Amino acid sequence: MAAEKLTMANALNRALRDAMRADDTVLMFGEDVGPLGGVFRITDGLTAEFGEQRCFDTPLAESGILGMAIGMAMNGMRPVVEMQFDAFAYPAFEQLVSHAAKMRNRTRGRVGVPLVIRVPYAGGIGGVEHHCDSSEAYYAHTPGLHVVAPSDPADAYGLLRRAIESPDPVIFLEPKKLYFSRSEADLTLPVPPIGKAVVRRPGTDATLIAYGPAVPVALEAAEAAAQEGRSLQVVDLRSIVPFDDETVCAAVRSTGRAVVVAEAAGFASVSSEVVARVTERCFHSLHAPIRRVTGFDIPYPPPKLEHVHLPSVDRILDTVDDLQWEDA
Amino acid sequence: MTRDAALLLPSTEPVTLIDPDGNPVHVGQDMPDPQALVHAYAALISARRFNDQANALVRQGRLAVYPSSHGQEACQVACVQVLDPGDWLFPTYRDSAAIVARGVDPVQALTLLRGDWHSGYDPLTTRVAPQATPLATHLLHAVGVAHAARLRGEPTVVMAVCGDGATSEGDFHEALNFAAVFRTPVVFFIQNNEYAISVPLARQTAAPSLAHKGIGYGVPGARVDGNDVAALLSVLGAAVDRARAGEGPQLVEAHTYRVQPHTNADDPGRYRSADEVTPWLARDPITRVETYLRGRGLLDDEKIAGYGVSAEKLAENMRAGLGEDTVADYRDLFAHVYAEPTPQLREQQALVADELSREEAR
Repeated sequence: MAAEKLTMANALNRALRDAMRADDTVLMFGEDVGPLGGVFRITDGLTAEFGEQRCFDTPLAESGILGMAIGMAMNGMRPVVEMQFDAFAYPAFEQLVSHAAKMRNRTRGRVGVPLVIRVPYAGGIGGVEHHCDSSEAYYAHTPGLHVVAPSDPADAYGLLRRAIESPDPVIFLEPKKLYFSRSEADLTLPVPPIGKAVVRRPGTDATLIAYGPAVPVALEAAEAAAQEGRSLQVVDLRSIVPFDDETVCAAVRSTGRAVVVAEAAGFASVSSEVVARVTERCFHSLHAPIRRVTGFDIPYPPPKLEHVHLPSVDRILDTVDDLQWEDA
Repeated sequence: MTRDAALLLPSTEPVTLIDPDGNPVHVGQDMPDPQALVHAYAALISARRFNDQANALVRQGRLAVYPSSHGQEACQVACVQVLDPGDWLFPTYRDSAAIVARGVDPVQALTLLRGDWHSGYDPLTTRVAPQATPLATHLLHAVGVAHAARLRGEPTVVMAVCGDGATSEGDFHEALNFAAVFRTPVVFFIQNNEYAISVPLARQTAAPSLAHKGIGYGVPGARVDGNDVAALLSVLGAAVDRARAGEGPQLVEAHTYRVQPHTNADDPGRYRSADEVTPWLARDPITRVETYLRGRGLLDDEKIAGYGVSAEKLAENMRAGLGEDTVADYRDLFAHVYAEPTPQLREQQALVADELSREEAR
């Protein structure tokens, strides 16, 4: 099939539909995911096609949703659950950390829980409080979970299919602000597996490392830098856990300079982990300390101030300018 | 399922079929058949021996800790005896005796408390979930297991066990609600032993009983004497039958008492008096059914001695199995985090291997 123009929301919906067609143990449930099709319409039409035994609404209780999904995964099913918004996933935290993440380990490998937790995630949509959290560090810090974040429709499709096939629980972070941006994608092409990062744009002077909603911003910054004669490489992590040290380190070594870009608050974050890992492995290839452009260490701002908080092209370019260039 | 409030409410008093002196009580509910009672008696003797042996193994340093169900053995054996082989049991940390009654190897059942690993048995082949130490979280897993079975048209019932303290946790409420909304075949079985470590029941709830909580979710509640194995078999058996027949989840509260400390690390003298405990010793779950069965010629000295021999064999197996020194393999730490270890876990395992080889070389 040829490439087509579609949104990330279209691609995610297609991935769910195709996974449910391919395997009748795949189920979708959560809040408003049934006849409504989800508040972002990601599950649109699934109840109509597969019936309410396979795509259904639950009582409004996130711990209940995830706890029931764990039990179903213990008993032969592959549940996909939707947490309606990032910050509304917190009631499920104990089920996630103490059970989803640990079941395989507790049972010495005998019981896996193949389930996917879809989280509409992060900011940039003018959402009111509790609707825009970047919660990846909580998940990435928990051994036993895979954590992935797509940045375009093709990857959203491919990563979700792979997440549903995974024998382990996957936190699937869907950047809300990218849901409805349209781009060319050929969904029939395979994507790299979970655990692989990709170079989205080649470049020779410095490397921007980003994931999820920060990737388009990094690409935009690289385009702007090119106008000014600086060649920036952009790496899209795609998978936060497992982390692709190999691709990321090779990219950083090739340029000797790097900036990590992420929406989440910088302190004790995925971005700090990236800096630590790359510095430990690439110290002798670095011409400058690795810098970060992240959200500030504040609760997510109200809509009128979110532009101050989110990594911007200007902040990225200013930070790149600070990377101890010899001609500076 | 019914929305008739009167049909969802539990009885005013817990159902008793055999009183503490061993006399039958006529409450219009059938006594289990004699064979079932004799079977339960044998299981009670084994469960008591299991508890006593596990306590002894703690004193000998063979187990790290043991939360005993001494005095609650009727609950332990009845909640298992009413299940079919294809059903599931979701136990808590205090339900090791129930796990063994279900047929799990006693040494594997005590792996958690021995410290070799977390869950020592295979939950899929035994249909016994890993023992839950967080409270009430496993009740939701029970709902999920039951719902998956129901979607496939299997006749599975899930027995989900918790204590009185766990009824205060949010997951208890979410589990009852989800089970009721999806009409899931789960029997929620509360062993109300009056204490959550040191905190008495009065600090957990102001409800008339824990079984009354069912009405809020549309789940029928039942109250039963937790030291009367006959009443437990009758009430739990009926609950399992209703769940299997498609009538949705059931809630059963057994009134019992934790006559021993929370674990060997506890000091009950700080929060309750011996005077409170003594009357419960007279309500022991073994003596009353023994008196009842003897009085009907269903049990005699010879049979009792035979059950004692079986129980002693169980204790011997525990001593032999748990007396062996085991070596825990560090590679297990990295092998089961994911189906396939991540590159980072492989690196970390290699680091440990390297450290160990250097230690050996020294």
